[in-house]
Amino acid sequence: MFLQSYWWIIISLLASLLVFLMFVQGGQSMIFSLPKNELQKAMLVNAMGRKWEFTFTTLVTFGGAFFASFPLFYSASFGGAYWVWISILFSFIIQAIAYEYRSKPANVLGQRTFDTFLFLNGSLGPFLIGVAVATFFTGSQFSLNEVNQVKWGTPWHGLEALLNARNLALGLAVLFLARTNGLLYIINTVDDNELVERSRKKLGENSISFLVFFLFFVIVLLVSEGFAYDRATGSVAMERFKYLHNLLQMPLVLIIFLAGVISVLYGIGTALFRGSRSAIWYTGAGTILAVMALFFIAGFNGTAFYPSVTHPGSSLTIDKASSSFFTLKTMMYVSFIVPFVFAYIWYAWKAINRKRITGEELQEGGHVY
Amino acid sequence: MFESLDVSLVDWSRAQFALTAIYHWLFVPLTLGLSFIIAIMETIYVRTGNEEWKRMTKFWMTLFGINFAIGVATGLILEFEFGTNWSNYSWFVGDIFGAPLAIEGILAFFLESTFVAVMFFGWDKVSKKAHLVSTWLVAFGANLSALWILVANAWMQNPVGMVFNPETARNEMVSFWEVLFNEVAVAKFLHTISSGFLLGSMFVVGISAYYLISNREALLAKRSMLVAGIFGLLSSLLVVYTGDTSARTLALAQPVKFAAFEALYEGTEKAGLVAVGILKESDKTIGEKAVNDFVFRIEIPGLLSVMTGGSTEAFVPGIYDLVNGNAARGLLPVSEKMERGKKARDLLIEYKEARKSNDTRKAESIAALFSDKKFNEEYFRYFGYASLNKPEDVIPGVKVAFYTFHVMVMLGFLFILIFFLTLVFLFRGTLQKNKWFLWLALFSILLPYVAGELGWVLAEMGRQPWIIQDLMPVTTAVTQVSTGSVITTFILFAVLFTVLLIAEVSIMIRQIKLGPKH
Ligand code: HDD
Ligand code: HEM
Ligand code: HEM
Repeated sequence: MFLQSYWWIIISLLASLLVFLMFVQGGQSMIFSLPKNELQKAMLVNAMGRKWEFTFTTLVTFGGAFFASFPLFYSASFGGAYWVWISILFSFIIQAIAYEYRSKPANVLGQRTFDTFLFLNGSLGPFLIGVAVATFFTGSQFSLNEVNQVKWGTPWHGLEALLNARNLALGLAVLFLARTNGLLYIINTVDDNELVERSRKKLGENSISFLVFFLFFVIVLLVSEGFAYDRATGSVAMERFKYLHNLLQMPLVLIIFLAGVISVLYGIGTALFRGSRSAIWYTGAGTILAVMALFFIAGFNGTAFYPSVTHPGSSLTIDKASSSFFTLKTMMYVSFIVPFVFAYIWYAWKAINRKRITGEELQEGGHVY
Repeated sequence: MFESLDVSLVDWSRAQFALTAIYHWLFVPLTLGLSFIIAIMETIYVRTGNEEWKRMTKFWMTLFGINFAIGVATGLILEFEFGTNWSNYSWFVGDIFGAPLAIEGILAFFLESTFVAVMFFGWDKVSKKAHLVSTWLVAFGANLSALWILVANAWMQNPVGMVFNPETARNEMVSFWEVLFNEVAVAKFLHTISSGFLLGSMFVVGISAYYLISNREALLAKRSMLVAGIFGLLSSLLVVYTGDTSARTLALAQPVKFAAFEALYEGTEKAGLVAVGILKESDKTIGEKAVNDFVFRIEIPGLLSVMTGGSTEAFVPGIYDLVNGNAARGLLPVSEKMERGKKARDLLIEYKEARKSNDTRKAESIAALFSDKKFNEEYFRYFGYASLNKPEDVIPGVKVAFYTFHVMVMLGFLFILIFFLTLVFLFRGTLQKNKWFLWLALFSILLPYVAGELGWVLAEMGRQPWIIQDLMPVTTAVTQVSTGSVITTFILFAVLFTVLLIAEVSIMIRQIKLGPKH
């Protein structure tokens, strides 16, 4: 039990880092609307481009870690909600090459196409990931047979999730959060008064959109039924106010959640009203805390984290979906390396961000996207 | 339970996986090899302070970046495809297979992607030393990621270090070290990364030859050829050596694959190694499958026996022996293995029923069997055979295996020659006089790509019908989505990857023509 919880915490941490790092996608989604001229566009692209690998690698590691620790989720969700995941992957393939190729001579497709790739990944990536995560709370239609093979209940294979208002709300909340963080990141790292000013102007609408969708999702979540799991009998049943109960029964999680939300709000506030340039650190930390808390209430306290609405008995819980004790233990030792990984990422990040990005720097040559 | 699914679904899923893997493998080996070559060049720069070496480093780094991006893009798909297209497989072995994939992300990909950023953007931001260390870390990171994915792949070829748990209906890991030091994994890792080093070296030698042909950048070209020529010669020797080791490990782990790539039907002592040969289908059959005969062959007598068993007297089993059995040599016929596999599967079904009817005693006694060593050796290890229809299903495509293997081996020896000549002409200062050789070197860039892809086709097609040797045939591993969905994604991937490949090659060629910056 300890190990399963431990791994759920690691998964939650990776997910929350991913949501924060999607500021890269948020920035990309504004590639056509934010910059006023080519130079500003280049600055936006290069600011994001120096960080895209982190987001990408976090996504890959999130997938790998989920596979290793909760393989039943991996097989049930990826195999079942086929089309959602394939769409997400598709949007990331086109991102990976777009930065490197957009401004290179003889790139066949032309810069406009690669910029469109960045835009598509920037918009669809966060949105679809948000929708997929929302199904942790709203459930999907699948069943597992006696040897745990998945059968999906609709021929839409995941696309049906787009018909649910709550899923859409979380998708849009994640998208606008990514855009908000993207703007704050630009304000933080680009040295160009005009671009920074334009970013500030856009901050209001994006942060308000985020708040509207996020509040809608959270409020509906707290008042609706949830998938309660009875460890003694192994059965899953609906419980009213399940997620609200989870928050109240796990005060630490409640505190994390509130701290996260307050930190995000504070960050947006200082950027909007006090002209702060370091607000990204507040919204970033807040994003990480809030997303972790959401994952905690999805998986802890006797909750099915990947529920089936059609066959509640097939719902996945952290007990049932996990790897064997041995594998979890081995992987725990591996996870002890993670702080070291954070340390060198921190080093590299600081080294690259030592100076703000300027137009001159980009014109000097070097490795420019 | 474990029923075989729709054949066309299986075929399309395989095609999709093969497509994405083959594309991925077009880019990965260059990353593996070029990263080290760049690191060596930068080391010389830091040691000597000579700006020309820095210029060279930066030039090859640009090409590295173009290739790297598309390698990353294609890799993402592969990782998630295990879930999307092989979900039954993902559950059956996720407990073992997932771990290396996760470790790869945590240990290798982060290392690589973090320091790639420093390598590209850090020239004026970190100290010379720190930059050099970053470049080396990129090279180590890339090769470390190869390690983990190959451990995962090798485990499928030779499943070790686990036991089956009937309660969860999956295999569970009991020894991480056995999985990691699986002899197939060690051989595969060394063979694969050295083939990447070889490819990277040929790339550098070939492009340098192009500059010499067009009378530009002579200094840069010769210096690059020096580094890549030495690195390439060493790695091509290593490739041949580790390829031989791979073949030996296969003789034990996957004897049918081994017999197939030698097209050896009748097992024998004093078995000869076929150096070159041409196959033709004959009227003889095994079950419903036609047998291939040699129309022509050059054989080195006895060598195969020596290679696999240490002496000419060693017996090498052929496909007949492996399918029909050979009592004198202690080989079971496949039909017997199918019976034993069925027994193991029936026990699993009984177990599930006992659980349902709350017959704890019975369930526990069956569960005990599954962790019993003898039962595993005699029955469970044939679990996958229960899903076969006919004994001859275990024979992979003999022609594919034979030709892929033999062409790869011939190319392997050719590469040694090319690198050797590169160094000879370089030291004699006669490179520019031997235009034919420069042209040969230029066009040889393509050959390691061919050899590498053939290697994978051999490794993967040669193990059909298994996704996990003897435990799970591909037909039971596939996700139940509609065939139409898989066809659609196949086409989407095929079009997208092809377009991206064209863009990549076009950008690459333009950068080469533009040449290094001054
Ligand atoms: C970690 C595991 C792994 C790795 C590293 C690779 N493959 Fe693989 N390959 C599989 C795991 C696998 C698989 C999942 O097991 C497949 C899918 C269906 C099958 O038979 O095996 C497969 C199938 C498969 C097939 C089709 C075989 C058939 O359907 O008859 C080809 C041609 C390749 N692969 C080629 C490659 C190449 C070029 C790779 C280099 C990157 C590669 N594989 C890496
Ligand atoms: C089917 C198996 C494979 C899967 C699932 C897989 C997965 C991946 C993924 C997800 C990435 C992108 C990582 C990033 O974000 O940087 C990647 C890149 C990479 N993979 Fe693979 N991979 C497979 C096969 C291989 C093999 C066989 C090798 C080497 C022997 C390899 C070596 C690499 C390397 C060096 C990279 C880094 C950059 C590049 O591709 O140029 N991969 N792979
Ligand atoms: C004398 C030369 C060679 C021998 C004896 C040899 C032998 C082998 C064998 C037996 C395999 C199958 C391993 C398996 O199924 O698990 C293999 C696979 C492979 N070979 Fe070679 N090979 C040679 C040359 C080359 C060359 C020149 C390249 C590329 C430049 C290459 C690249 C590969 C690759 C990428 C694989 C797939 C990965 C693996 O399974 O190890 N090989 N080789």
